[in-house]
Amino acid sequence: MSEQQDKIAQEKARWHESRVAKTLARFPERSEQFTTNSGIPVDRLYTPADVQVDYLNDLGFPGEFPFTRGVQPTMYRGRLWTMRQYAGFGTAEDTNQRYKYLLANGQSGLSVAFDLPTQIGYDSDSPLAEGEVGKVGVAIDSLADMEVLFDGIPLDKVSTSMTINAPAAVLLAMYIAVAEKQGVSSKELKGTIQNDILKEYVARGTYIFPPAPSMRLITDIFAFCEEHVPKWNTISISGYHIREAGSTAAQEVGFTLADGIAYVEAAIKAGLKVDEFAPRLSFFFNAHNDFFEEVAKFRAARRLWAKIMKERFGAKDPKSLALRFHTQTGGSTLTAQQPMNNVVRVALQAFAAVCGGTQSLHTNSMDEALALPSEESVTVALRTQQIIAYESGAAETIDPLAGSYYVEHLTNEIEKQAKAYIDKIDSMGGAVKAIEAGYMQREIQEAAYRYQQQVERGERIVVGVNKFTQEEEPPKNLLKVDPAVRIAQIEKIKAVKARRNQDEVAARLAELRTAAQGTANLMPPILAAVKSYATLQEICDVLRDVFGEYQASEEF
Amino acid sequence: MERKIRVLVAKPGLDGHDRGAKVVARAFRDAGFEVIYTGLRQTPEQIAEAALQEDVDVVALSILSGAHNTLLPRTVEALKERGMGDVLVVGGGVIPAEDIPGLKAAGIAEIFTPGTPTSQAVEFIKSHLQIQ
Repeated sequence: MSEQQDKIAQEKARWHESRVAKTLARFPERSEQFTTNSGIPVDRLYTPADVQVDYLNDLGFPGEFPFTRGVQPTMYRGRLWTMRQYAGFGTAEDTNQRYKYLLANGQSGLSVAFDLPTQIGYDSDSPLAEGEVGKVGVAIDSLADMEVLFDGIPLDKVSTSMTINAPAAVLLAMYIAVAEKQGVSSKELKGTIQNDILKEYVARGTYIFPPAPSMRLITDIFAFCEEHVPKWNTISISGYHIREAGSTAAQEVGFTLADGIAYVEAAIKAGLKVDEFAPRLSFFFNAHNDFFEEVAKFRAARRLWAKIMKERFGAKDPKSLALRFHTQTGGSTLTAQQPMNNVVRVALQAFAAVCGGTQSLHTNSMDEALALPSEESVTVALRTQQIIAYESGAAETIDPLAGSYYVEHLTNEIEKQAKAYIDKIDSMGGAVKAIEAGYMQREIQEAAYRYQQQVERGERIVVGVNKFTQEEEPPKNLLKVDPAVRIAQIEKIKAVKARRNQDEVAARLAELRTAAQGTANLMPPILAAVKSYATLQEICDVLRDVFGEYQASEEF
Repeated sequence: MERKIRVLVAKPGLDGHDRGAKVVARAFRDAGFEVIYTGLRQTPEQIAEAALQEDVDVVALSILSGAHNTLLPRTVEALKERGMGDVLVVGGGVIPAEDIPGLKAAGIAEIFTPGTPTSQAVEFIKSHLQIQ
């Protein structure tokens, strides 16, 4: 501690004795102890004596190591974050209309939500798809659906994020094929596939294959894109769902970066050089309720990842060190009670994401605890981002909360806790081993249960749920997906199968099988199969046959 | 000694959101129930088969995917086909209010929507099984 800090610490002790103690004697505080939303203890006051920051080493400058203050030198003064609303429902025709609506209203990038059968590699006519087609996203069964989804949307102009994991290679291949038909080279394509299977095992549930072949698919995508789709973000390593499953902020950072380490190690093991693929790695975080904790979390994640890439993997390219991330506001924080209140929650969360330096942002709609968002509520969510961008002032300077004693303290604390989780996972043999042993899952479940108990005991207030409740009319105008979507999709599959060349499909699937049994990169045969109008399930069934399926444990 | 209430907590369909199911399973266990959790991606038939094998008093279905109108009634049917028509079936998840009357008519005793305290689900099960 410096002399100055010593003096401040002494003065703080004096202040406590002469001022605080007297006040406390007369007016006790609201609680014996205060914590962040994630349970980090919070002191009454933070001063320069309470936080150790070596400015040049710990914070530095935007666009430079350790990237605490941001990944670009001018941040939002140059270009605002990408406003990217996750959307998809019903048929490709329905969703294409919603995309055109969003683009017309000032959204700057697309984000595709696929339905569950698509995410798990089943066609709409599978018996397992009954009741699920077009519900949580758009149904895509073959290249024919993908052509409709992006009809009239120039793929050389928009960037597209696709929330797809186990069958990410297939959907990326479809996107490349649609672009080709539009006359757009794969080299020009910009966007992201989520492609993060590890968090599917931990928190999100749409896995298909076991870890080893899943990791192979991912590194095959890295290698293929480096050559053919160089502007594409080949993975979005996601803490979002880990947090939604109930983790703390520090667990969100720790587990996500541990997954990231596993992908980097797998790619290096597959023969790739770190600076060849690392610049295309991207991340995805949650923006939860505790504003300061969230801002600190984003900063801590950037600093910790930069150190890992530099010190552990010896990356040299600054782009390999910079943690770029998408943010979505916290779906599980939304309440079904008094849903208008969710607009305020989303605004605070989105503000945290912007103050934390996000590269793109999805703001949730107020009615998401009830149903799929209506067009009206999606518009309010998008307008929330526009208000932050153009009215709040948060976009005019970089990392505006840096130097706040409290935020710097939380940044240090989250980095420290996240690092401890990574060390623990390393000692277990890495993320894949830790997941197979159920470690991350158990930690998250503990945190989720603890939180639920705090809410039920009234120790945590959720406005409108356990305090300030009121009688309400059931909400109206909720968006419903017509059950006829499945029938329409089944008809489309029949039509595609009737007009394609069956011999060619069989030949392409046989080639894919051979490749899967060997060690060749799987992207070229998947792309060839997609172009022959093999369906998503036909392709995934070949891979299921060769790779087997993952079986999760049933612990709780 | 009184037999403990046996509950099967299940995730029908392809939905991967199991935070709620696991929190509820744990709350049931803490309330003294014997709890079996099926894990993800169960068909109605698999759930009914598990309910039969485990001889449960209650089947608690968690669903957030929007497929409730299809999968919850089908689970009740599958239970009936196995002679388990007297099992108490409850559901929870993101289920719009307007769908609840139809689900109740199909044999789901109660639907617990987001924000429901787990204690309320525990009390519902206890009181319902006592009445029987």
